[in-house]
Amino acid sequence: MQQIPVMPHEQYQRLQLRRNSPCAELWDLLDEVKDPEIPVLSLWDLGVLRDVRREDDTVQVTITPTYSGCPAMDVMREDIEILLRQNGIKKFTVKTVLAPAWTTDWMTEKGRAQLRDYGIAAPNDVQCQSGKETPEANVRCPHCGSSHTDRVSEFASTACKALFQCRDCSEPFDYFKNI
Amino acid sequence: MSTSQSSDHDSKQDLINYVLRLGDDALILGHRLSEWVSRGPFLEEDIALGNVALDYIGRSRMCYNYAAELSGEGKTEDDFAYLRDERQFQNFLINELPRGDFAYTIARQLFVDVFNKHYLSALLQSKDQTLAAIAAKGIKETQYHLRRSREWTLRLGDGTDESHQRMQTAIDELWGYTHEIFEHDDIEQRLIDAGIAVDAAAFQKQWLADVSAILAEATLTVPDAEWAVRGGREGYHTEHLSLLLTEMQFVYRAYPNAKW
Repeated sequence: MQQIPVMPHEQYQRLQLRRNSPCAELWDLLDEVKDPEIPVLSLWDLGVLRDVRREDDTVQVTITPTYSGCPAMDVMREDIEILLRQNGIKKFTVKTVLAPAWTTDWMTEKGRAQLRDYGIAAPNDVQCQSGKETPEANVRCPHCGSSHTDRVSEFASTACKALFQCRDCSEPFDYFKNI
Repeated sequence: MSTSQSSDHDSKQDLINYVLRLGDDALILGHRLSEWVSRGPFLEEDIALGNVALDYIGRSRMCYNYAAELSGEGKTEDDFAYLRDERQFQNFLINELPRGDFAYTIARQLFVDVFNKHYLSALLQSKDQTLAAIAAKGIKETQYHLRRSREWTLRLGDGTDESHQRMQTAIDELWGYTHEIFEHDDIEQRLIDAGIAVDAAAFQKQWLADVSAILAEATLTVPDAEWAVRGGREGYHTEHLSLLLTEMQFVYRAYPNAKW
C-alpha cells in the first residue's frame, strides 16, 4: 500500500512561523547552532528553536528543552549567545519555555535524514508503530536499512535515545526515541 | 498593609513552598539514583539509572528556577539546592532512603513512578501554568520510567528465589514510607482549594490497585504491616538525608561562587 506522507500539524505550524517571520536572516543565522551531542543537527531541525523575534533593538530567541535533564541545553544556550555576539548583535535575550512540551514531531525531515546519515535511527524509523512506546524490535538500522533489529536497552548514550542492535549487519546503533 | 495584600503575600509564600517541595522530591531521588552511576549491575542498567537520575535532577532545576523567579530576591536554583540545611528540605522520606540493593532501588522506583503517573496527570490541570508545563514534560518521562520499573519488578519478583526474596524484603521495608506521600498540610490544602496543588489522597486507592496488580503478577505480596513513618514535608528527616546533603553540597560550600 502506498503511503502519502503527511506533515504533523505541529511541524506545519513551526514552518509557517518561520516562513512568515519578518527576520528571516536571524533564523538563517541560527541554523549554524547545532546540537552539541549530535553536531549535524541544527536547533531548528531538532525542534528546540521555537521562535526568533526582533523587538526594538533587542533580539529575542526562544528555545525549549528536549528532556528535563538534558545537559546539552546549557551548551545550546551558550552557543546561541556566542553566535549572536560574533555577528555584532549586542542586545539579546535567550528565553526557555516549557510549554507546549517538546515533541519529536517538531523534528524536520531534513533533520531526520541527517540523523540517519550520522548513524542514528530517526523517531519514525519504526515498523508497525503503536503509540509512541519504544518498540522491542524492528527499528530500521541506519547502517544497512534492515528491520531485523532488537532493542538492547531502553536508555542509551543520552536520555533522548535507546540502544538497538541489527541482526543482519550486527552493528549496534542508537534510536532517537519518539516522544 | 491591607488585608488583600497580606493574603496575596501568603498565597505567594504558599506557592514558593509547594514548588520547593516538588523540587526537593525530585532532587533528592535524582541524587540517590545518580549514586548508581559506575556501580550498576551491568553497563546498560548503569546508563539507564543515570538517565532516570538526570530526568529527576532536570525536574528539580525547573522547580528551583521557578521558586527563584517567584521569590524575586536575586536567588538562583543553586541557592535552593546547595545552601539549605536538612531541616529546610521538605521532600518525602521515601526519596532520601539509601539506594540499597538493586531490588530496593527498583521497588522504590515502582512506588514512586506509579505515584508520579497519577500526580503529574493531575498537576497538568493546575491553574498555575508553570506547574502545568513542568507536569507536561515530566509525565512523558514518567511513563517511560514506569514501563521499566514495572518490567524489572516482574523479572525480579518472578525470577530466582534470591531475586524474589530481595524484592519482597525491599517492598516490606519501604511500605511504611508510602503513606505520607498521600497526605498534605494546611499549605497544600489552601493551594488545592485554589486549583493549584494536587490532592494525592484522591488517587490513593488507584495507586494501591495499580501497585497491587503489578506485585500480584510478579508473585509478590502486598504488605499488611500497619506502621507508617512521616515528617518529610515538615522537615523532619531520617538520618540519611544529612549524609546525602553533606556529600552533595560539599564542593559548592567549600568553594563559594566557583565557576567552571
